[in-house]
Formats: sequence, C-alpha cells, structure tokens
Amino acid sequence: MATAAARETARSQAYDAPEGAGDITAEYQRAFDAAVAADERIEPRDWMPDAYRATLVRQIAQHAHSEIIGMQPEANWITRAPSLRRKAILMAKVQDEAGHGLYLYSAAETLGTSRDELLDKLHAGRQKYSSIFNYPTLTWADVGAIGWLVDGAAITNQVPLCRCSYGPYARAMVRICKEESFHQRQGYELLLALSKGTPEQHAMAQDAVDRWWWPSLMMFGPPDDESQHSAQSMAWKIKRHSNDELRQRFVDICVPQAESLGLTLPDPDLKWNEERGHYDSGAIDWTEFWEVLKGNGPCNEERLTRRRQAHEEGAWVREAAAAYAAKHTTARPGTSTSTSTSGETGMNGETGATRA
Amino acid sequence: MTTTSAKDTALTQAALALGDDALVLSHRLGEWAGNAPVLEEEVALANIALDLLGQARVLLSMAGDEDELAFLREERAFRNLQLVEQPNGDFAHTIARQLYFSVYQHLLHAELAAGDGPFAPLAAKAVKEVDYHRDHAEQWTLRLGDGTEVSHERMQRAVNALWRFTGEMFQPVEGLDVNWQVLESAWLERVEDVLRRATLSVPEGPRTGAWSAGAGRQGLHTEPFGRMLAEMQHLHRSHPGTTW
Repeated sequence: MATAAARETARSQAYDAPEGAGDITAEYQRAFDAAVAADERIEPRDWMPDAYRATLVRQIAQHAHSEIIGMQPEANWITRAPSLRRKAILMAKVQDEAGHGLYLYSAAETLGTSRDELLDKLHAGRQKYSSIFNYPTLTWADVGAIGWLVDGAAITNQVPLCRCSYGPYARAMVRICKEESFHQRQGYELLLALSKGTPEQHAMAQDAVDRWWWPSLMMFGPPDDESQHSAQSMAWKIKRHSNDELRQRFVDICVPQAESLGLTLPDPDLKWNEERGHYDSGAIDWTEFWEVLKGNGPCNEERLTRRRQAHEEGAWVREAAAAYAAKHTTARPGTSTSTSTSGETGMNGETGATRA
Repeated sequence: MTTTSAKDTALTQAALALGDDALVLSHRLGEWAGNAPVLEEEVALANIALDLLGQARVLLSMAGDEDELAFLREERAFRNLQLVEQPNGDFAHTIARQLYFSVYQHLLHAELAAGDGPFAPLAAKAVKEVDYHRDHAEQWTLRLGDGTEVSHERMQRAVNALWRFTGEMFQPVEGLDVNWQVLESAWLERVEDVLRRATLSVPEGPRTGAWSAGAGRQGLHTEPFGRMLAEMQHLHRSHPGTTW
C-alpha cells in the first residue's frame, strides 16, 4: 500500500514536475523500485527508467516479430494438410499467431513506439525474431513437432511472463498463453496420430522430432553465464527465471511426453538424475545457435525476404485504405478515427477482421 | 425406389456444388497466410477461409466422407464454380473474387435458409458468416476503387478480369429449390451498386466465357485448378488408407 501511494505521488509529480528539480528523478526511481519490489504492475503512464522501457520495447517487439515470422513455417503446410480437420486446425492456429502479433504490437505501442516503426526495424534486420523460425518445415509431421516442442518451449518461457512487471505485456501474455497451450495439445495429438499410424507415418514423426528437438532447446536462449540481459531483466521482474532453469523445466516435461508418444528424443546423454531430481541432457551446439542468430540459419534469408515482400507488395493496399479514409473522414465520422496514424486502423473497425 | 435415389443423387450433387465452392475458395484464401498486405488482413482472410472450410465440411459430409471427397476426387469430378478456383492474383483480384462470390453466396443461402429443404439448417448458419464476408469484400472494393489512382486501376482490372466467370453462378443446380433469375437480378443490382459507389465502371464484357455456362458445375475447370488439386491432395494420396 505504501509503495502504491509513493508511486501515485511519483505519477502525479511526473505531470507537473517543476524544471530543474534534481531529486525528482531519484524519487521516481525509488517509487518504481518499490512498485517492482511489491510485485505491482507498471502501467504505460507510470514513470519508468529509460533502460526498462528500451528493454521492454526490444523484448515485446521481438516477441511480436516471432509471431509474424512464425506464421511462415506452418503456413507452408496449410495447402497440403492431409485432412480437412487438420487443415482447419492449422489455419486457425496461423490466424491466432497473427492475432498474437497484433496484441503484442499494441503492448509495445503503449511504450511510445509504433507498429510501423517496429515492422520497419524487422524488415531492415535491426530487430530479431526467435531463431527457431529459421528452420524449415520439411514434412507434415513438422507441424506437429512445432506444436508440441516449439509451442511447448514458448509456453514454458511465457507463462512466467503473465506475471511480468509491465502490465500491458503481462495481460497480453495471459491471453496468448491460453491459446498457445491449446496449440501445444493439438501438436501433441497430431504427433500421436502419426506415431500410432503406419510405419511411414511413425518414421515421419520421429524424423520431425529429431530435427526440432535441439532447436527447441535453443529457444530458451544462451546459457546463463552468456546471457547479457538476464540479470537486469530478472531484477526488473520482466523475467522470473533464468534461461537454464526454464530449459531444464522444459526437458523434464518433455521426456515423459515423448515416452507416451512412443517417440525418442535425439540425445544419447538424456537420463534421469536421482540426486538432482531432474533429467541430465547432452550439450547444445551453441555454434549453430549463434550462426542462426547471426542470419546464417537454413531459412533466415527466405523468411525475411518473404516478409519484406508481403509488406512491399501490400503498400498500395495500405495507401488505398489511407487515401479512402482521408476522403471519407468528414462524410462518415467515426469510421476512421485514426487517420493520423494509419488508414487501415479506422477501416478495420468495419470489417470482419475484428470478429476473430 | 428410383425416385428416392434420383432425389438422393440430386441432393448429393447439390451438396457437392455448394461444398466444392466453399472448399476451393477456402483453399485459395489459405494461400494468403503470411502474405497479406496488413496484419488485420491475415486475420480476416484466414477467418473467412475457416468459415468456408467449416461450411465445406458440413456439405461434403452430406454427400459422403469429407476427406475422400476432398482428396481423392480428380479435377473432372469437382463441381465448384470456375470463379472460386481462380488464382489469388493481387489483393484486388482476391477482393473482386470475394465480392462476386460472397454477394452470390449470401443471396443463395438467404433463400435456402428461408425454405424448408435439406440445406436450410446449414444455410441459416452460413448466411450469418457470409454476411461478414460480403461486408469485408464490399468495404475493400470501396477502399481500393475509391482509394488511390493505382488502387483504382488495379481494382478495375480485377473486376473486369473476373467478370466472365460470374454468369455460371446462376445456372440452375439440381436439388436446390431457388429462383435463379431473381437471384441473378438481385446479384447484379447489388454488385453494380457497390462498383458504382467504388467509382468503378461495371464491366461491359460477357458474363460467360467461350465455355458453355455452368462449366465448373459440370466438372469442366480452368487450368490452374489441376495444379491447385495436385498440391492439396498430394500428401493424402501418398499415404492411402491412413488416418491423420
């Protein structure tokens, strides 16, 4: 309560702060620290350290970009899905990812950036997305492996983010995690159907798991002693657990699931450690990780080119929407409330897009 | 016996015609995933594709096994309109195809929903979905037509290019109790109104190509359709008799 009051003070002072009041920043900082310590949520209009803001913009943008780029490897199989039921599930999933991207860009925008600006940075290669999406989907089973392993890793990473200190991000994560766990179960179920199917289908499932296992473990980021942002992010309660801790949690969850799937994990060193109460696992090829991160993975070039192409080829459509909104703003008030930012924002209120 | 089976055949044929339209257009819209001009359209196009796929599954199940019908029939056995199999082209082509088809589908399902035939329950649900699809297509037709010079030109080109596929929509389908002439004039009125409001001119060319009208309904398709099916069916056909 006391911290909330202190933060309230800082907040009101932030609006009518007199010039040159030297101690005021320190006071804001104290109120911020107290709010974080008390597990309160930082909200968009609260004072926050510049570095906290920058870290969040970087992380939320990267997260949003991952949703958008992540549509590609799965969309690759929409037109080839082997049954109508699976096709519907996959389409719905890719649609959810676009929706997650939208939530996350909105969350990032509360920090004073814009979606357009972030997309420009993605297209210019100045902001990253998850390294996992630089791997190709070579068979139908990859769709299942992505659901089970990639979404599984994402959930392990993201559930703690529901308690992240920044309110808009935490709230976006609550919605996203619900849908992600649904996708993860669907992926598991897809692999199970293959694993119990014909020998060819079983082999397809095993091959996919063999190819996606290590990249999924890399999704947790570099080992703790090489993770440059971890300590600060944990102090700010953006992160709640270290990379290695989350990775261990994921391995512990996956081993029994792989057994019930009737599939093996491609790690000869994987075994239960009675003393630690965890599974021990083999060494990750960090050279591969850093290469993929640097842009030298199997699909980096292709993913970014495709994204840029969609954006560039769509420019005339966005321009048309903006021009139309500008022409019809006075004629139809309320339909294009935000012509100053982008025409399509106003437009979408009127289309089926908002139903999703 | 003969009358019953003739009736069943008519019902099956009608279910296939409606189901194939929805299946094929859904597939085309699915090709947009990851390629849309703006994120909201990723959501919107996938949403429409999913609605259509849902309709297709109900309709194909009325005619037989949905997966057998979708994945194991060859091109000549599909009963969809040539309009819905047309490649996406640019966004304007996709919108023109959506406009023509969703206005048609909305009128058709409204009529089917009002009757007491076997398609009434499905149509009652579908008509609500299609109302959104139609609104989406009309709103975009207005924005592209009355947007910039470039978008106007692209939209005009698209409505012209697809115009010749619109006549086949009104060839009577056996098993559907519909007044096709009334449907056609209502369609023309609506589409012409939208085109005018979008500052576009109503195309002047014929509404059917050199093929006899109703070709798609008879299993006569355009060249891109075979390639579309090859992609759609490949995996299913590679593993005969399996479940997924």
